[in-house]
Amino acid sequence: MLHREFPKGASEWLDGFSRRGFLKTMGASLALAGLTGCTRMPITEIVPYVRQPENVVPGRPMFYATAFTLGGYASPILVESHLFRPTKIEGNPQHPASLGGTDVYAQASILDLYDPDRAQSITYLGDVRSWNAFTEAVRGPMSVEKSIAGGGVRILTQTVSSPTLAAQIRSYLDANPQAKWHVYEPINRDNVYEGARLAFGEVVETRYDLSKADVIVSLDADFLYAGFPGSARYTRDFAARRNPDANMNRLYVVESTPSSTGMKADHRIPVRASDIEGFARALAAITGTDNGIAGGKNEIGRSLLAIWQDLQAHKGSSVVIVGDHQPPAVHALAHTLNQMLGNVRKTVFYTDPVDANPVNRNESLHSLVEDMRAGKVDLLLILGGNPAYDAPAELELASALKSNAVGLKVFLGSHRNETAELCQWHVPEAHYLESWSDARAYDGTVSIIQPLIEPLYGGKSAHELITILAGQSGVTGHDLVQSYWQKQHAGADFDAFWRKSLHDGWIAGTSYVPRTPALKTSGFPASQSASGANYELNFRRDPSIYDGRFSNNGWLQELPKPLTKLTWDNPIMIGPAMAERLKLNFKDVAELEFNGKKVKGAVWIQAGHPDNSITVFLGYGRTRAGRVGTGTGFDVYPLRTSQTPWFADGAQLRPTGDTYQLASTQGYQTMETPNGSERPLVQERSLEEYKKEPNFAKEGEPPQELTLYKPFDYSKETYAWGMAIDLNACVGCNNCIVACQSENNIAVVGKEQTLKGRYMHWLRVDAYYNGPRENPKGFFQPVPCMQCENAPCELVCPVQATVHSSEGLNDMVYNRCVGTRYCSNNCPYKVRRFNFLLFEDWKTPQFKLMRNPDVTIRSRGVMEKCTYCVQRISEKRIDAETASVSEGKEIRIGDDLQTACQQSCPANAIVFGNLNDPNSLVNKWKRQARNYSLLGELNTRPRTTYLAEVRNSNPELEADLTTKLRTTPKA
Amino acid sequence: MATNTQIPVADRRVPVIAPGYTFSTITEKISNIVLSRPISLGWILGFLIVFGMMNMLMVALGYLFIKGTGIWGINIPIGWGFAIVNFVWWIGIGHAGTLISAILALLRQTWRNSINRFAEAMTLFAVACAGIFPLAHMGRPWLAYWMFPYPNTMRYWPNFRSPLVWDVFAVSTYFTISLVFWFVGLIPDLATLRDRAENPWVQRVYGLLAMGWRGSARHWHRYETAYLLLAGLATPLVLSVHTVVSFDFAVGIVPGWHTTIFPPYFVAGAIYSGFAMVLCLAIPIRAIYGLQDFITMRHLENAAKVMLATGLIVAYGYGMEAFMGWYSGNQYDSFLLWNRLHGPYRLVYAALLACNIFIPQVLWLKKFRVSTGWLWLISFIVLTGMWLERFIIVVVSLSRDFLPSSWGQYYPTKWDWMTFAGTIGLFLTAMWLFVRILPMISIFELRTLLPESQVHEAAEVKQ
Repeated sequence: MLHREFPKGASEWLDGFSRRGFLKTMGASLALAGLTGCTRMPITEIVPYVRQPENVVPGRPMFYATAFTLGGYASPILVESHLFRPTKIEGNPQHPASLGGTDVYAQASILDLYDPDRAQSITYLGDVRSWNAFTEAVRGPMSVEKSIAGGGVRILTQTVSSPTLAAQIRSYLDANPQAKWHVYEPINRDNVYEGARLAFGEVVETRYDLSKADVIVSLDADFLYAGFPGSARYTRDFAARRNPDANMNRLYVVESTPSSTGMKADHRIPVRASDIEGFARALAAITGTDNGIAGGKNEIGRSLLAIWQDLQAHKGSSVVIVGDHQPPAVHALAHTLNQMLGNVRKTVFYTDPVDANPVNRNESLHSLVEDMRAGKVDLLLILGGNPAYDAPAELELASALKSNAVGLKVFLGSHRNETAELCQWHVPEAHYLESWSDARAYDGTVSIIQPLIEPLYGGKSAHELITILAGQSGVTGHDLVQSYWQKQHAGADFDAFWRKSLHDGWIAGTSYVPRTPALKTSGFPASQSASGANYELNFRRDPSIYDGRFSNNGWLQELPKPLTKLTWDNPIMIGPAMAERLKLNFKDVAELEFNGKKVKGAVWIQAGHPDNSITVFLGYGRTRAGRVGTGTGFDVYPLRTSQTPWFADGAQLRPTGDTYQLASTQGYQTMETPNGSERPLVQERSLEEYKKEPNFAKEGEPPQELTLYKPFDYSKETYAWGMAIDLNACVGCNNCIVACQSENNIAVVGKEQTLKGRYMHWLRVDAYYNGPRENPKGFFQPVPCMQCENAPCELVCPVQATVHSSEGLNDMVYNRCVGTRYCSNNCPYKVRRFNFLLFEDWKTPQFKLMRNPDVTIRSRGVMEKCTYCVQRISEKRIDAETASVSEGKEIRIGDDLQTACQQSCPANAIVFGNLNDPNSLVNKWKRQARNYSLLGELNTRPRTTYLAEVRNSNPELEADLTTKLRTTPKA
Repeated sequence: MATNTQIPVADRRVPVIAPGYTFSTITEKISNIVLSRPISLGWILGFLIVFGMMNMLMVALGYLFIKGTGIWGINIPIGWGFAIVNFVWWIGIGHAGTLISAILALLRQTWRNSINRFAEAMTLFAVACAGIFPLAHMGRPWLAYWMFPYPNTMRYWPNFRSPLVWDVFAVSTYFTISLVFWFVGLIPDLATLRDRAENPWVQRVYGLLAMGWRGSARHWHRYETAYLLLAGLATPLVLSVHTVVSFDFAVGIVPGWHTTIFPPYFVAGAIYSGFAMVLCLAIPIRAIYGLQDFITMRHLENAAKVMLATGLIVAYGYGMEAFMGWYSGNQYDSFLLWNRLHGPYRLVYAALLACNIFIPQVLWLKKFRVSTGWLWLISFIVLTGMWLERFIIVVVSLSRDFLPSSWGQYYPTKWDWMTFAGTIGLFLTAMWLFVRILPMISIFELRTLLPESQVHEAAEVKQ
């Protein structure tokens, strides 16, 4: 007994890596207590603080403002920190680029911090070295370089928007004028910048104000999905204008690869990517003439005419947005169009570029590789990225790196990836939550990136690496960033300025002031015309793992892509007609030949994909991503050259006869069942129909008295929780899924289990198509637990593991669950998720740090589901009750209580609150005519309801489309 | 016990016991199977096979308890797969025993005397096989005792609104009553074996089990009373158990489950499959052990007729389901029917219709009812069909319910098959042992079928 109470070594409780990071930040004992909160009772000592850290109340999180960057653009965020462990990312509600919304990449980036596959030490040719050894090793070559003005030094970065880093590199270049700074990123804005050069003669950033846009024309721009700069803000502004009772906007999307933006369009015109330029030219031509044209013979012509008329009617309140991958001429044409329509400075603003060094990425990398092959490079510093994997194929960068032509190669990267393998030195890069920096948002506003935790593995930031080049030593990232801003904001109040900037998450007065650059010419040279040979091949960033950088992020790998609901793989996407001609079916493996290279991948037939066109997604087929990402999907970078970065003709597709399993989380994507009956799941009408009959979605729910039992009277309770989801606002951006996963410690199950239908997302976004397969309407429907008042699941549980609370929550008691799965069978919404195996990772120490301590880690054999974030309700309840006591009057939880999905939603499509408060926002929503219950006729009385979708169709086109819908045989 | 039934002299049907037997020859013939018949090579080989299958069950369950139910093919939406299919199937098979013992005893159907013993044994073994599944299919089987209401400090109490809790009571009651009924019925025969055994150890074992039975008139009187009471108790259970099992589905709201026809339709289906199993076992056993004189064609034909009748009730159930799918105008119900006929499991449904409805109709013809080969084959087909029926109800209904976004497919894994085959192994292992250590036909009840016992009674009546 005594031995069990005091086992040997109990006081030496050591746990490899995690100690160091924590002990520095806080008292050891508390860290241990926190660490072990989720494990099986190891023996720990509890010792009081010697010095109480400021503001720390155990059990109460703290929030710090910082920023996440993607492609140089900052997403301003607030990070929730539990006892100095960052656990959750939220949008920064004060920041104009977020207003509280985030994107999937920012949400999931917290998992990257705790990724156990991150590089954990500095290595030289694979052997562990110290930071001192590294600085020693580069000191010699650096002093040699100093004598030749840095002639052999090349710095390769990703897009840099950090003013500090740019200033650091520039000052080094000033001191060593022969050194060169190259920039490369596979998902780049070369075409955007070239287009601006064509139109204005200089590189400008274009940003839009969608809150003032009545008519939006998207030319292949997926501006409502993460990765498009400013998407979070655009989504907020766009969604706010989708209210059919106010001045609703109208969205035309002319697009190639179907996107979630296209699915939200009032009119979607599918064309091949190379045909967009023709469309833009025609639009610009008739807009210029101002008095209409003959034409409109075919469908696209009619659409063109209708769009033109709509734009004419909304001069100054319309906007034309172009996708980054469209050639420069299309961008220039859009600038012309916006100018002609008088949108500039109303809905369209031009500013300085956010990018600190907006050089052409492909040219920049080309010149670097030329220098490398010519033996001109003595010291190559690669700051982040993964060029050995994602550089244009014709450069054969990997072989250039492998050869001995380059002297010393230093790679700063978070993972030991494909590029790290080819460099002698690999310095682990500190995660952005571990290091100091700064970055600009899409509107130029600078955010200070402040760390929330000491580097878990002693990683270094790019700032710190540059100091080595510059010969400085012992300068911290904090000092660098602070001293840079001290220079910008000299004065006695710097301290207050600095503290305020850190607190708010941005530096006041740094947003770019709009300019009015002069439009130079209207005769833009046509882009390389389509050769028309075989099929057009499109390269697109992957909606989940972007360019491959998130390949080892399990949340993103398992995130169902917005349209296909695919996980863990990238498909070869083609349209239905082409699939029929080639006799290809879902999951058939096809061989894709392009630029003389061949790859094989599984086919996905996407409704709405233009004919004779193929889309492939970048970022898969990594060989050194880590335990999660390695080996998923197939790599299409070998097909991509700098001449054909986005799309080109000349691809060939051949069936191979093999098949490959694709793990889609939604096997059936229409609301019409195979026997031809339509299920009323997403209710939709046109704006005109809605005005005539606003109550169209209301199904007759069975009367409440229709039961033998006396219904519980919820109106007597203080709270009755409810949720409303506006399907009109939802853009299918998937943010809520990742936010929920992060908040509720939801497990990742892997491809095998996903194939079996065992993914664990508590909240899913169903995507449905309706109409002809060539160009269907798309619908998104987020489905969390409906928290039914008459919950079918509760009745059938034999052990009372799922029971109803007096506030109307359908509570799940994990401890009681014995795992009969009867509740899930009886759930008509199928929102319950079961731990068929031990899905939660109970072992990896990093994940123990990451998890939300307010939410249980589930064991195997237990059912789980959405709880309306009951931990957040409890927290606010405690606050309200404490305040009630201290103020001597009853204080209730108000609308500041937000569920995780609601909080992260950039579209404000989800609202949650107290149904017993007549003034709550959720009640206001539910009183709307559009409010309806999903499967209401089952008398489940769901607390989660939906606001039906209304499309602002153009009557001119609508008639046409309706006849088409009637005549086209259903798919 | 059926004591006053006279077999009319003019009965031209095949007798329930072949002529020429006396009390002692019956006793000798049946007890010799247990006591003096040498163990044949065939028995050993067969035993090794079924015992191997039973061990496969142990492996499958062991791995299941280590890893979790994820080793099976179940998923969301199909939360119940083979486990529940097998459970319902085995429980159904277990119905024949009690029906034969209790209901036919109360109805004074004397022909059941030759088959009730092993039908009851079959019931017990089938219910034991069934009982494995509710436990094994749980995510956390070590907490299975939470299904029972028992005083505890956790303020925990089962949810009596849940059909699964009803199941626990229904199945455990059924098993208990069946076991007691079977054992009580065995006591006189155990005493016979005790008296006839030569090996002192065997004597002692049977003696212990015979509980001091001496065959006195008082013993017989009490025995008769107890047996009658137990028969009365067991009779409602025949109807209630499968009714409660059907509630597992009927109480749910899943299209294909939520239907009021389930209780009668499940009971009929259970008797259907139970008699099919009786025939499947009786036909080979009577051939191997030369019991054609005791289990005559009359028995087989009667069982076939019961199968035909219950099969028609089941067919009516299918018909009503289809009719209601159309007549209700409910799109979920009508889709269910469409999905069974045209969906991904259409071949299973077609096989089900063939096995349960179309093929058994040949039993209308006497030619098939009196041919042991045909009967065995048809019984086997019916057993398969009833298994498929449960598959259709459990899996196909769940695979496509309300929201098309959550439709799924079910692919059983090797562990599913191993568990299923393993319970067949367990069942057959138990049967294998049973035929060698207990009298598989009730000796004393069979003796009451002899004309001698009728004479005695006739004399009684005259007095």
